[in-house]
Formats: sequence, structure tokens, C-alpha cells
Amino acid sequence: MIPALIVFAYLAVVVYIGVFAFRKASGKEEVEDYFLARRSLGPFVFLMSLFGTNMTAFAILGSSGHAFNNGIVTYGLMASASGLVIPLTIFLIGTRVWALGKRFGFITPVQIFRDRWECSHIGTLIFAVQAVLLLPYVIIGVMGGGTTLSAVSGGAVPYWLGGAVVALVVMSYVFFGGMRGTAWVNTFQTTLFLVFGTVAVAVIGYGMGGFRDSAEALLASPLASLLTRERISPSYFLSYTFIPLSAIAFPHITIFCLTARRMGQFRKTVIFYPVCIMAIWLPCVFLGVMANRAQDIPQVKEKVEARRTLAAQGRQMTPDQRDVLRAQADADDVLLLLLQRYAPLWLAGLLGAGIMAAVMASDSQILAISTMFTEDVLTHYGGKERFGEHAQVQMARAFVVVLTIPAYLIALKAPETIFAIAIQYAFSGFAALSPLLVAALFWKGSNRWGALATTLWVAFSVTAVAVFQYLVPAPAPGPPTVVWRMFGAEALARTPGGTAVFGFMPVVPMVLVSALLMWLVSSLTPKPSVATIRRYFPAA
Amino acid sequence: MSKRLLLVLAVAALYVLHQDVWFWRQARPLVFGFMPIGLFYHACFSVAASLLMWLLVTHAWPAHLEREVEHEEERPGGPGGREGVAAPPRFDREPTDSPRRRP
Repeated sequence: MIPALIVFAYLAVVVYIGVFAFRKASGKEEVEDYFLARRSLGPFVFLMSLFGTNMTAFAILGSSGHAFNNGIVTYGLMASASGLVIPLTIFLIGTRVWALGKRFGFITPVQIFRDRWECSHIGTLIFAVQAVLLLPYVIIGVMGGGTTLSAVSGGAVPYWLGGAVVALVVMSYVFFGGMRGTAWVNTFQTTLFLVFGTVAVAVIGYGMGGFRDSAEALLASPLASLLTRERISPSYFLSYTFIPLSAIAFPHITIFCLTARRMGQFRKTVIFYPVCIMAIWLPCVFLGVMANRAQDIPQVKEKVEARRTLAAQGRQMTPDQRDVLRAQADADDVLLLLLQRYAPLWLAGLLGAGIMAAVMASDSQILAISTMFTEDVLTHYGGKERFGEHAQVQMARAFVVVLTIPAYLIALKAPETIFAIAIQYAFSGFAALSPLLVAALFWKGSNRWGALATTLWVAFSVTAVAVFQYLVPAPAPGPPTVVWRMFGAEALARTPGGTAVFGFMPVVPMVLVSALLMWLVSSLTPKPSVATIRRYFPAA
Repeated sequence: MSKRLLLVLAVAALYVLHQDVWFWRQARPLVFGFMPIGLFYHACFSVAASLLMWLLVTHAWPAHLEREVEHEEERPGGPGGREGVAAPPRFDREPTDSPRRRP
């Protein structure tokens, strides 16, 4: 129970920071203050908060779980590719979004699209697609909170109560603190996770008898392939470099780019982003792989057994039997199991709080959806003058509550795997939406019809992949189930982990077709007015 | 060769270097006695990405964007893009998506 008490104390600090410590003192509330912290964040808070916003439960717990089953390839797939692509997109796109926000007062990406392409309903469609893709994050954040609190307390805090506490805490500081509260909480959480993550590596390494011996023992075992990348094909590895394109297209990240006080704030963020990713992901991936040696933990042993059975006998099993084994082999809790086994109680509590910090990154998504709904739907169609600034903030707050309560109720009933899968689709979907931003900011010839074609394609392709994976069950580890061949090549196949299109992940054709549609349709239809193009490209 | 082109080539080169097929199936040597070479390579890749970002920020900083913002703030009426209009401009309630309404 001691670790759970420490986590509760941590949650109390988070509420204090989010609700009270950084709440605006003066009486009248302004839209820009609630939604964008008055575009006033300094360099440290901007870096830590932007980085923390990207470090979700999926990133932290999922990375160690993925590494447990797939090996060190996880780092190259998810971390080092992100370390190049994400800061590059922040440098190229984030700075331009910031400048447009300063010049024209934009609060959401849809406002930029509407103004840039002189459209209204197409903007609403983009909002709808973004919101649908973002919703699973909010739900899985609540689920992650419930699971973590339950695991840290050794089951003393039930899942429903853990989820309720986390939902209430996040809702409170987003409700009262808005972007300022969220940014400061994220800064606190990221700092905490960086510090305690380092301590966790040292403690677990010591507990396991040192990493040198563990690595040598793993190399001498049948699991030696986990220390190489042979479980993943090079084309799959290449595909994954498209996924980080999603980061800048996530509305909460685009909106966050509008909060910097000066453009200079982006400098340190861009430079330090890759090493910040390394600081968090390298230990998570390494510990995830090394957890395979912790066979003295019964749950770890069960996971390894389930994986082995799936690989050896999976072909002879029914899809349902394979799904049961996959669920047993799922290792998203492996980091928590290592902490419980090797860290002293008080330290497990602190480290559990650090993991809670990552799990609670859903705050930014809740704020982003409420900001978008208020600005892009209610205010857009109802009229800013009709509502006034105070009413806009109150509507956003009401929406935070309206969003969080159903998310909690769904989290209680629905199986977590559904939303974990939905998040995988969301990454591809947002990556395929990134050509919208690129076209709006860099190509004078882009127009609303190109944007419409791109958005419809994203909605269609995400749905198509989901339906395909639902209809064709995942095969056992080994060769994929080929559904369609073209000129002797495997055009469409169901793999154990998802879908392959000519050997690549679906995100590759999704992004390429998205960009192609934007170019083709925009080229064939009328451009925006000269006045608009001049406002966006003053040198033109 | 211009500085900008060199930076573009550096970004492209680093992207290619991410696809390190040469360490695909080997774990040894274990760097520092415990870190497989493939993982160490990608840790170094992260540091190289950070250095590349420093180069970009130092030599290709989009300063014109800051100037545009300053220029906008100095205009009568302040930021907003149009004289006398506060922020933000938008296409309020004008359903211009319909092809029939296109100019």
C-alpha cells in the first residue's frame, strides 16, 4: 500500500500545480489564456511540456512491452526515427504554425486550414476526422491510469477506482488550469520521469545481478535474437519512419506550437528533442529486453511461455486460441513487474508515480478536443460575438467534463486491446493527414478540394485497414497470409502484427496517396484568391 | 554548393543511415559490456540527430517568419492581417465549400 500512497501524494501535487499554482490570478478569463496560456510559455516549459505531451502511456509502457517481445529493434523503430523526424517537423512546420498564430490569432489547426483555403465545412470534416482519431487516446489514458494504480498498489486499489481517480485528477487541472495548468503539469511530470527513470535503470540492473551478466546470459539462450533486429524485416523498419510524421499533425501538438512566447523557444526544443527521446526510450527498451531474463517473476515466465507456444504451435491453432495467447504474451506491464520485484517499496512508489506521469499525458488530448470543439464547431457556427470570450472558456470547460466522464465509463466496459489497436490506426491516420499542413504552409497552389480529397482518403484508408484486419485474422508468427498478389508480389497481406502492402506498413501508401491526392486535385481545381495567397506568402 | 543544399543532403544522409542493415543480425560486440551494437548504433544516431538539429537551427533558422510577425504587430490594429481587424480572421458561417458558390 505504501507505493499507492506515494502515488496518491504525487497526484495531489499534480492537482495543486495544475489547478492552483498556475491559475491566472486576475478575474476576467480570456480565450487565449485558457486555450494557449496567452502564447507565453518559456523555453524550458515549452521543451519539457511538448516532449511530455508526446510521451504517452502507449509510448512508455508500450515501448518496453514491444521490446520484451521483439527485442532492441523497438528503439530503432520508434525512438531514433522519431528523434530525426519529429524535431525536423517542429523546425519546418511548428515554427510556421507559430508565426501564423501570432500574425492572425489562430488557436486551432482547423482555423488555419479554413482561412488558408477559404472554406468552412471542409474544415469541419477535418475536425471530425481529427477528433475521431484522437478519442481512443483519451480512453486509453484512463485505462492506463486504472491499470497502473492497481498494479502499483498490488491490487489494493481496484481498476475502477484507479481509473476514476486518474480521470478526476486530469479533468480537474484541465478544467481549471487550461493550457497553462496542463503545460506546467506536463513539465513536472516529464522532469519526474526523466529523474526516476534513471534511478529505475540503476535499481533494476542491480537487482538483476548487473546488466553485463544478464546480456551475456541472454545471448547464450534461445532468446539471443532479441539482441538483434532479425525479428523485423528491413521494409517494415523503413515503413516505421513514416509514423513520426503523425506527431506534428496531432492537433494537441499543432496547438501546442502556438503557445511559445517567441519563435526562439523552438531552438532548444528542436535541438534537445532527440536526446530527450533517447533518455526515456533507451532505458525503457533495454529494460524491456532484459525483462526476458527475469524468469523468477511468475508473470514474466507466463508471458515467455505464451510467446513460445504461439511461435511453435500457432499454425495449428484457431484464431481465437491465438488471440488468447497473444493477450497472455502482451507485455505492457513488464516495467511495472520489474519495479515490484527489484525496487524497494518506497522507490517503487516514486517510480510508479513517474510512470503515472507518462500515463496521464491524455490531458493534452482532452484539452485539444475541447479547444477544437469550442473553436471549430460552436464558435465557428455560432459566432464569436454571440458567445463572447468568457462563454467560450466556459463551453470548453463543460466539454472537458462531457468528454472525460463518458471516456471513463467506456474504459470500465470495453477491452483495452480495442483501443490499443485504434491508437495504431490513429498514428497512421495522423501521418497521412500531415500533407495537409505541408501543403497549407509551403504550397501556394494547394486548395480546399485537395484538402477534401486528402481528408476523405485518410478516413477511407484508416477504415479500410481496420475492416481488413477485422475480417482476416492475424496468422501465427511466421509467413503472412497473402490476400492479393500482383505480378508475383505480395500486394496485400495480413501479418501477425498488422497489414502489409507490398511488404510495407499501410502508413506508407496512406501518406504517399494522401500527398498525391493533394497535388493532383489541387492542380485540377481553382486556387484560393490572390489576396489570401499574398497574406500567407508575403514574398510572392 | 550552397549551405542550404548541404543541410538538405545532411538530412537525407542521416535518414539513409537510419536503415542500418549492416548490424541487422548481430548483437556483438556488446558496447560497455552490455549494450548490443545495434542498440548502441541507434543511440549514437539520436545524438547525431541532435547535432544535425543544431546545425539546422544555427544555419537555416527561418528568421523571416519572426520579421513577418514583427511587421504584423507594428501595423495599425495589430496582428490580424487586416487593418483595423483584431484577430482572428475566419470564414464565419459562409459555406463556401459548395461548388455552386465558388467564384
